[in-house]
Amino acid sequence: MAEVKTKGEVIFNRAAIVAVLIALVIMLTPIFWIGATAFKPRNLATTAPPTVFFEPTLSPFAKLFTKRSQLREPVDEATYAAAPWWEQLIYDGGESVVRNKKTGEATSSGYGNRYMNSLIVSIISTFLAVSMGTITAYGFSRFRVPGEQDWLFFILSTRMLPPIVVAIPMFLMYRAVGLYDTHVGLIILYTAFNLSFAVWIMKGFIDEIPREYEEAALVDGYTRLQAFRKIVLPEALTGIAATAVFCFITAWNEYAFALMMTSRNAQTAPPYIPSQVGSGLSDWTVIASGAFLFLLPVAIFTFLLRNHLLRGMSFGAIRK
Amino acid sequence: MARIELSGINKSYGASRALRDLNLVVEDGEFFVLLGRTGAGKTTTLRMIAGLEKPDTGSVSIGDHDVSGWTAAERDVALVLQQYSLYPRLTVRGNLEFPLRAPGRKFSDAEIKARVEKAATTLQITHLLDRKVERLSGGEMQRVSIGRAIVRQPSVFLMDEPLSALDAKLRESLRVELKKLHSDLGATFLFVTHDQVEAMSMGDKIGVLRQGRLVQVGTPADIYERPLNTFVARSVGSPPMNLIDGRLSGGMADLGKFQLPVAANARGEGAVTFGIRPENVVLAPGAPGEARIFDIEDQGVVKILVMDMGDARLHVTVPAGTHVQRDEVVRFGWKADRVVTFDKESGANLALG
Repeated sequence: MAEVKTKGEVIFNRAAIVAVLIALVIMLTPIFWIGATAFKPRNLATTAPPTVFFEPTLSPFAKLFTKRSQLREPVDEATYAAAPWWEQLIYDGGESVVRNKKTGEATSSGYGNRYMNSLIVSIISTFLAVSMGTITAYGFSRFRVPGEQDWLFFILSTRMLPPIVVAIPMFLMYRAVGLYDTHVGLIILYTAFNLSFAVWIMKGFIDEIPREYEEAALVDGYTRLQAFRKIVLPEALTGIAATAVFCFITAWNEYAFALMMTSRNAQTAPPYIPSQVGSGLSDWTVIASGAFLFLLPVAIFTFLLRNHLLRGMSFGAIRK
Repeated sequence: MARIELSGINKSYGASRALRDLNLVVEDGEFFVLLGRTGAGKTTTLRMIAGLEKPDTGSVSIGDHDVSGWTAAERDVALVLQQYSLYPRLTVRGNLEFPLRAPGRKFSDAEIKARVEKAATTLQITHLLDRKVERLSGGEMQRVSIGRAIVRQPSVFLMDEPLSALDAKLRESLRVELKKLHSDLGATFLFVTHDQVEAMSMGDKIGVLRQGRLVQVGTPADIYERPLNTFVARSVGSPPMNLIDGRLSGGMADLGKFQLPVAANARGEGAVTFGIRPENVVLAPGAPGEARIFDIEDQGVVKILVMDMGDARLHVTVPAGTHVQRDEVVRFGWKADRVVTFDKESGANLALG
């Protein structure tokens, strides 16, 4: 049967579409700007009015991953021709790659390592927070836990302080136990941040799964753990996806602790990007390319889980 | 052999006591119905037998074994619930296979297939086998639920209001099918319901639960004709038994404005509560009773009259051809040998006391 809409509804729908478009433009403009700047030659990055049409170049990315110095005089043609494409891009910008004096290899800027650190720390801490959170939430949801309300409040209370308040004691403790500037240290920290959140969100989702499903499985001859795996987990997938995205974003974006608790070895990408601003003359295209790459994992992760998120973002408010 | 025996069961949830000293025996192969209102403890009793709930005190045995310490999986019972008992992600076939594919059971694929086909044929759901559960109607879902219970061929079936969510017509036809299934399988059925019609029409025996206590156990006829107290009397029958306060003396029931005869063997003396089923009240010109008709429910086969008699309200079932009108004053009597007398204070049936 065709849906009949009144005139008022049609006008409302159109107004809603316009409103969504305006919101989209407002939200996407900065992202577009970063994305565009990441592919601009340096001289177009700071023009006013901004350049919208230009020939994209990968030179900001080449610069992003290498340590460079200013060329005093133009490089000779033979060297230029022998250089790989990314090095040529750097020469084009009037700079040369800093080479290791003994091996002659190009020196890395460290962004690649930091990016890897971000990935390692975020993925592992998200996995830990979501899996522990789901199991804990299941326990709270399905069993009579003595003092359940107090425990849940206690878990939530870890989120009541701005985390940075505990930064100094954490720093001292981490240094004392040797967790300073380690991946494990950051993983523990981010897992702890996200765990309370994961428990609360997952409890909401698991509460909505009728316990009759598992009980039927228990009577059918499955153990509690098998019933959890076969019945609860598939039903909770939406909630798990939503929780995972939130946890991943929190861990991925975390700046303050990453800045304080790490230095050379385990530092993540967020503290690196601003460290490039104002060291000499800022090259905004390099900063933009770093930020652009930094955006990608969250965008990809969210895109992959989008079907679950559409249902999950409503926090289980929509019942089947 | 699957006789179920519960002895001395107590169960509390915090301050509320769900079951109080419950003793219950369901004989092998019996269709036993637990009847009670919401919160009477029916479901708790069932869950104890299934192993989903542990009693605070007391023991549960199935067959020759004390299963109190056994898990649900070890007890080999099947459970059919009112809803949510099918797995939404699976097809009907997937649901039927689910119990057979439990890790502890070693069924060959051929055996599983055969059992599923057989259950599907029995319940006439063969055409639904490859359908997703979400796309079934309520009645089809309950058939599949029952199917999932029978594929394992357990010796005990526990059913928790399996028909309550269905519409009246479907309920009736499934009632008949369940009874047939029971006689075909010969297994022990424990059926929980708040619907006295289900209890009366299906049970070999009925147990009436009230606030966690088992009030009376008996055949439907026992429960209907010889209720242990006024609570049971009001629990079965539609409309339920009329209860009228009055005085019993010299073989006559004094109901205030008039007197009606009772059987010579009626117990009690002085102030008692008289119980009479609606179908045992008889309209007759010149009879001693007098009442005004307040409402008439025409049910086709019979008419149910609601009559005002002083303060008391009386339900009477009369043949459909009876001509009466609202506000008409009619004369009535009752079948003296069908009058039950209850203690006015405790509500206990004086004949059984």
